Order: sequence, then structure tokens, then C-alpha cells
Amino acid sequence: MTTASTTSTPTSTPSASVAPLLSIAGLVRRFGGLTAVNGLSLSLADGELVSVIGPNGAGKTTLFNLITGLDTPDVGSVAFAGQDVTGFAAERLAGLGLARTFQHGRVFGNLSVLDNVLVGAHTRLRAVRPPLGLPLLGPLAELGLALLPPAAVRAEEERLRAEATEIIALFGDRLTPRLDKPAHSLSYANRRRVEIARALALKPRLLLLDEPTAGMNPTETAEMLEIIRGLKGRGLTILLIEHKLDLVMQLSDRVVVMDHGARIAEGLPSAVATDPAVIEAYLGHKAVGAANQDDAAAVVPTKRGIGE
Amino acid sequence: MFPTSFGPWLDYTINGLVIGNIYALLAVGLALIFGVSHLINFAHGSVYMVGAYIGWLGITKLNLPLPVTFAAVAVGCGLLGAVIERVGLRPLRNAPRIAPLLATIGLSVVLDQSAQLLFSPDPRALPTQLPSWRIAIGGGSIGALDLLIAGVGIGSAALLYGFLRFTRLGWAVRATALDRDAAQQCGVDVDKVNRTVFAIASALGGVSGLLVGMYYNTIDPNMGFQAGLKGIVAQLIGGVGNVPGAIAGSLLLGLIESYGIALFGTSYRNLFAFVALILILVLRPNGLFAKARRLPPEPLTGTFIAPSRPLVLPGWLIGLLIVAALALPFAVQQPYLLQTLGNAWLYALLALSLTLVAGTVGQVSLGHAGLLAIGAYASALLALDAGIPVLLAVPLAGVIAAALGTALVFPAFRLRGHYVSIATLAVGEIVTLVILNWESLTRGPIGVTGVPPLSVAGTPLVSGQWVYWIPLVVLLVFAGVQTRLLSSHLGRTLRAIREDDVAARSYGVDLNRYKGLAFAVAGFVAGVGGALMAHFYSYINHETFPAPVSMLALTMVILGGLGNVAGAVLGAVVLVGLPELFRAAAEYRMLIYGVVLLLLIRFRPQGLLGTV
Ligand SMILES: Nc1ncnc2c1ncn2[C@@H]1O[C@H](COP(=O)(O)OP(=O)(O)OP(=O)(O)O)[C@@H](O)[C@H]1O
Ligand SMILES: [Mg+2]
Repeated sequence: MTTASTTSTPTSTPSASVAPLLSIAGLVRRFGGLTAVNGLSLSLADGELVSVIGPNGAGKTTLFNLITGLDTPDVGSVAFAGQDVTGFAAERLAGLGLARTFQHGRVFGNLSVLDNVLVGAHTRLRAVRPPLGLPLLGPLAELGLALLPPAAVRAEEERLRAEATEIIALFGDRLTPRLDKPAHSLSYANRRRVEIARALALKPRLLLLDEPTAGMNPTETAEMLEIIRGLKGRGLTILLIEHKLDLVMQLSDRVVVMDHGARIAEGLPSAVATDPAVIEAYLGHKAVGAANQDDAAAVVPTKRGIGE
Repeated sequence: MFPTSFGPWLDYTINGLVIGNIYALLAVGLALIFGVSHLINFAHGSVYMVGAYIGWLGITKLNLPLPVTFAAVAVGCGLLGAVIERVGLRPLRNAPRIAPLLATIGLSVVLDQSAQLLFSPDPRALPTQLPSWRIAIGGGSIGALDLLIAGVGIGSAALLYGFLRFTRLGWAVRATALDRDAAQQCGVDVDKVNRTVFAIASALGGVSGLLVGMYYNTIDPNMGFQAGLKGIVAQLIGGVGNVPGAIAGSLLLGLIESYGIALFGTSYRNLFAFVALILILVLRPNGLFAKARRLPPEPLTGTFIAPSRPLVLPGWLIGLLIVAALALPFAVQQPYLLQTLGNAWLYALLALSLTLVAGTVGQVSLGHAGLLAIGAYASALLALDAGIPVLLAVPLAGVIAAALGTALVFPAFRLRGHYVSIATLAVGEIVTLVILNWESLTRGPIGVTGVPPLSVAGTPLVSGQWVYWIPLVVLLVFAGVQTRLLSSHLGRTLRAIREDDVAARSYGVDLNRYKGLAFAVAGFVAGVGGALMAHFYSYINHETFPAPVSMLALTMVILGGLGNVAGAVLGAVVLVGLPELFRAAAEYRMLIYGVVLLLLIRFRPQGLLGTV
């Protein structure tokens, strides 16, 4: 099913001329007999917002895990900011400016909202984590500085707290009144917001969002759409997994469609929405004969479809 | 000393296979239980001990024919297994994954202690009525008992195979092991499956205990602890939940031990198993026979943190309590009371240390007494053999415990959940065994006598007040330091690791670095605690800090509330101070701890003051 689709992929992408921020090539990840990601290549330019869509089990989350170092590919490479980062550990990639959210939500339940976001700023601690580069002295210095903080350490903590509060305020008064509440006491939607706030606290160069609006109602989804649009407006590079296609169509510079671990289409949102291979993937193989453009419009709304 | 001819080696091989067969009876049960319930059953060793005692009753008291005794053991232990499932597993189905594991530890303490009370702690002989002939083969020999053990092993394996393969219930067991939820949806009664599996596993375990008792002609109430661990080791070698793997792992472990004893001597016996355990956990965490590279499953909850609102004690109250504690010796002069409370403060140091790693970082350590032992020996030997002043030896011992403890646990940093607990348990055992065997340094089984007391300017501080004040002041200092640590960036970082280590890593938290830091701080605190104990007790040996002390520490920490500094102190006072003050007979104390642990896990997992 992958061969037919390549023809429908537009050849010119907006990022063709600039050096990509993220570029992955020929990524393969197998789980036993199942190939979750199958020879996937993708590149992302600075400031771009690219969405990855595809039916359940297409391999989108696995792709994120491979990019963020939580999993290592069997074949293929990942380059970030001009550096080959294949096989780098997750914590190292975070240090390079990669932040992600998790599909099923992985907030730190017993930590307060503020502490959750502050953990997001962990890689930016400088004063309390002097980069000594020594295996034993570094941690011991950190311990000493934490127990007897000099002015610089206290100032850094204050600054990060102020910044975290500011990031939290991005979500209106959804989170701000709950700064000191443990994350497990929040609503599902609020936990998703905390995740995004935590990711932003890292000051990422690339933000990966795995279904940020899962479990949100239309109002909340619209709110989230505005927030993501705002982040994009500030020039943040974003890779987005999302099932809500109207949101994808409104936000994306480019859409990559995955099915069975492979890319079956890529291009402008409007082009992808009418791609027969995409429609086939979404409708399932039984419906192939019956599928016509009207059905497709119902499944994959175009920009016009949502009234722009 | 090494046997050079072929004959002895054949004997060692036969012996290894026989012991391996006995381990297999344990390990197969553990594997079955893990398969259906994902629980590593720490009460299994106690079931084995109970089996031995039922057998002892049958053989020596009731003079039953041997087959009847075996049947009685199987039935009795099978019923006990069903009870363990009912008490330890079923009520905790929705609790954190570590909760049933801790419950089985509580159950095992209760069973072992009950046996001690019923049958006295002394070993008893278990004579067999088996004929004493031996068949000589190629320089070695095989006796009737060896054949019986082999027969029981092979027979049980065949029965089990038949059960799993050809009966409806057996299919249900296999279905549950494959996918519990799916099985449930297809109408499998998972409770019944669990009960059956616990019963079968326990029947096998009990028979194994009886066979071991007959083999060595001796049984005692504590025989289950080591045996249960061996079963767990064997199971891990074969890959958890893998029944054929458990058999292979058991035979391998039996051979390793047998050859190891041949080469190094009996006192090293258990060391091989635990070193093998650590190696397996670190090098092949899925067992020797696992193939595929597996990804850690999605949100793993290895920690035992119940969402709760910790009770925040107001500052003035804490201040008041501290002043009252410091002033107590002015009001109360009874040396007994002060000494008891002083001992409680010493144990509070251990609890403080454990609550940091088990509570704050979520690494439930089951070998924490090992840190006390390192600190105690380090300080005692520095003072006695290196002539270092006691006041300097104590902090040095803290540093040594921090460094050595962290280094020993370091290989386990990559493990999660249950595996951390098992690895730390093994590390604790290894520490004890090294102390026992490294005679040139530690004086071996004799222990260290005449450890000098703390003294200032030549005046020893041994009176009632000092025994009370010194530990109290040290405790207050460390509690203050730990509180400060928890409110710094380290507090949130360590707790983030506990809550979700994958998310923590994704935000740049280097797990090894922070787990290392936590273990180093914890090692220092426990090391100083152990050192003080050595100088107050003036005599220590390898049994001063046995495994039950680790369980006690865990109970204190859960009682107070995991991660809770004030809770750790409270837990120590309640569990060490109160039984002593109420003069609860010493032999009931461990029983009380076991029951408290069980009740807490079931009814108040957040402890008295709440988890932080
Ligand atoms: N750790 C794992 N072990 C085995 N199989 C896995 C693992 N992780 C993912 N898979 C399989 O890989 C395939 C892709 O999964 P993935 O989670 O990446 O899909 P997805 O596109 O994110 O789906 P969804 O839209 O439902 O989130 C699925 O078939 C899944 O079952
Ligand atoms: Mg997904």
C-alpha cells in the first residue's frame, strides 16, 4: 500500500532550502514480528509545525519514542540541530533542547503543578549544577549547593519559579489557581496542560506533542488550538501527533500520514486530505471500493470543510 | 583441598542436581504465581518451612506412613497458599504493584515468627524411615533419598504439565498468564485461577521443605528465608514467570552452589546465589533464556506511593517536640527509659535513611540493614585496628557506608520496581556474608569485641543521658538536613524519579546521578547510625544487623508515611520504643512488626503522617 502513495506526495516542501532542525532517515523499529516503524524518513525546518497523523497503531508514538531517545531504532538515524543523535539517551536529548508530551499523560502525580513545571526546567539549572564534568565531584557539588545555597543558586531558583508561573499563566486561569495542588488532583484536561507547561519550561528547540487534545471537549480543544497557534507564532518548531483533523488542518505547515509504520503521504494539509491512499488508510481496506470523495471529506475534513 | 579425582566431582554433581531439584519445586511455584499474578511471593519460603514442620509432626509425632505425611504436607500447604492469596493478594488488586510484594513479606514474617513461638527457635531433627543403602556409580554414590527427591521432582513436573495442558482449569491458568484481562473477559474466574495456582505452588513448596528437612535431617523456623530467596534467584535465572526456565535455573543454581562449596567451602554457599542473582539482574534481566529486546512497558508503578495529603505539622509543634525531647533527661532519670529511647533515635536514623530512598526516590530497598552493618564495622575497625579517634571514626564510617553502599547498589540502578527490592535484598545478604567470610578484616563469625565508646577528652560518654542525647542530636541534625534537601530542587527531582522515571528522563534527569546522590546521603546517615550503634553496644557481629532489621526499617517508614521525615522518627519511636516500654516480650516483637506491616499495607498505605 505504500508504493502507490508516493506518487501523490507533493515534491516541494517549504523546508527544502534550509538546513533541517530535525532529520530522520530510514527509521525502522520492530517488536517481534510487528514492524511498528518501517523505514520512515522525515525532516523538519526551524519554525515549522508538522503534524503526523494516521490510524491507531500506525506507529506515531513509537516514532516519537525513537526521536526522543526512549527507544532505539533497529535501523536508521536521527539528526538534531546538525548532530547525529541516534541512540542518544533521553536525558541527553532533553539537554539538547528536545521536549515532549506523552499520549497518555505522564505528569508527576504527587508533585504540585508548580513543581511539575519546574522539573521541566531541570536542564536549565546552571548555578546549582555547575558543569564540572567530573563524575563524582559534580553531584557532590550539586548536593552542597542545594543544602547551602549561595545567592546565585537562590536567584536562579526564584527566576525559574517566576518563569514557571508565567508559563502556567499561558493557560489562563485553568492552572494558576491550582499551583500548589498535587497533579493527581487535577482534571484530565488540566493534566494535559501541565504536561505542555512542563515541556515549555525546558525552553525547547523542538517540541513534540503526542495528542495534546486527547480527552478534551470541543471548547477545551479550541483553547488548546489557540495555545499551540500562539507557540507557533513565537517561532517554536513543533511536531504534532493528533487525531482531531480539523485542528491538524488549521495548524500544520505540512502533514505526514503514517500507516503500518510507513509514510503513505506527505504534503500540505489540503493535498493530504484528498489523497486516496490516506482515505484508504483511514477507511480501512474493506471500504476501498465504496470510498468516494464525499466519504473522504467526512473523514478528513479539508480547510474549507471547517469554514475558513 | 580441591578434590582431584573424578569421584568426588560426581558426588558434587549429584548433590547439586538434588539441591537443584528442591529449588525447582520452589521456583516452579514462584514462576506459576508470577505468571498469573505478576507477584514475587516472598511468603513462599515460609510455606516451605511450614511444609517441613507439618512433615515433622507427621513423621515424629504421629508416626504416619511417609506417603500419608507427604499428602498431609501437600494439602496443608495448599490450603495455606489459598489463604495467602486471599489475604496478601486479592484485597490489594488495585493497590500499587509493590503492595502485594510487601504484604507477602509481612505474611512471611508472621508465619516464621508464629512457627518460632509454636515450635521454639531451635532446630529439630527430622529422621527419615528411608533405607540407608547407597548405589555406587563411577566413584560417586546415590542414596534412596536422592532417588526420592528426583522422583518427586520429575513426578511433580509431569503432573503439572498434565494439569496445565489437559484440564480446563489448567487452560484457564495459561490463559490468565497470557493475558489476564482478556481471560477475564472470556469468562475465566481469575480469582479461582489465582487461588488454584497459589495452592498448587504452595503444595509444591511445602513438599520441597519436607524433602530438604529429610535431606539434611534438620529443620528450623527460619529455614524458609534463605530457601525462598533461592527459589526467587532460580526463577530469575530462568526468566520470571517461565516454568521450564525455572526448572533449568534451579538445576543450574544447585550445581553452581555445589561446585562453589567444593572449591571455597560451605560458608560461601549463599554468596554464590546472591552474586549470581545480581549478575543476572544486571546482565540479563529477562533471564538466561529470553531472546527479544523488550521495551519497558508503559507507565510502570513500581513505587508504593498512595496519593495522599500529608499531614503538615506546624513549625511551633515541631519546635516544641524537639525541646521536649532534648529536655527529657532532666525530667526522667530512669536509665532504662533513656536507653530505650536512645535506641529508638538510632533506629530513626535508619528509618530516615530508608525513607529517602524508598519514599522520596521510590527505590524500595530491602537490604538497608546492610548499610548499618557497613557503618558499624567500619567505625569499630577504624577505632580498634587503625587507632583513629572514635569521634573521627564515626563520620568516616558514614563516608565509607555512603561510598560502599552506593557502589554496591549501583548495578541495580537500571532496575525498576520489584527488581530493585530483590537486588537490594541480595546486596544486604552479600554484605552479611562478606562480613562473615572476610575473617582477616572483620574477624569473621567471632565478631568485634571491645569496641571503644564515644569519648570526649578521654571521658567516655556512656551514661544514660549521653546514650540518649548523642543519638538524638545526630538525628535532629540529619532530619534538618533531609528536610532542607527535600525543599531544594533535589527534592522535586528525586520525587519526579519516583513518580515516573521515564518522564523524568525525558526532561533531562539523569537517573543514575540522582539515585546515586540519594543512596549516598542515605548511606551516610545509616552508616553514622550503625557506627553509633557499634560504639554504644561495644560488641557487633554479622548477626547484629540481620535481614529482619531491614524489614523493620521498612515497616517504620511505611508506618510514618513514605518520604516523610517526621514520619520516619515517629515510626521508629512507635515500633522500637513502645514495645520495649510496654515490655512486650522480645519473642513477640517481630510478630507484631509483621502484623503491623500487613495492616498498614491493607488499610493505611499512606502511613500515619502521609506520604510526601
Ligand atoms: N513496547 C511495545 N512492544 C510491542 N509492541 C509495541 C510496543 N509499542 C508499540 N507497539 C506496537 O507498535 C504499533 C504502533 O504503536 P504506536 O503506539 O506507535 O501507534 P500509534 O500510531 O501511536 O497509535 P495511537 O494512535 O493509537 O496512539 C502498535 O501495533 C503497537 O501495538
Ligand atoms: Mg500513539
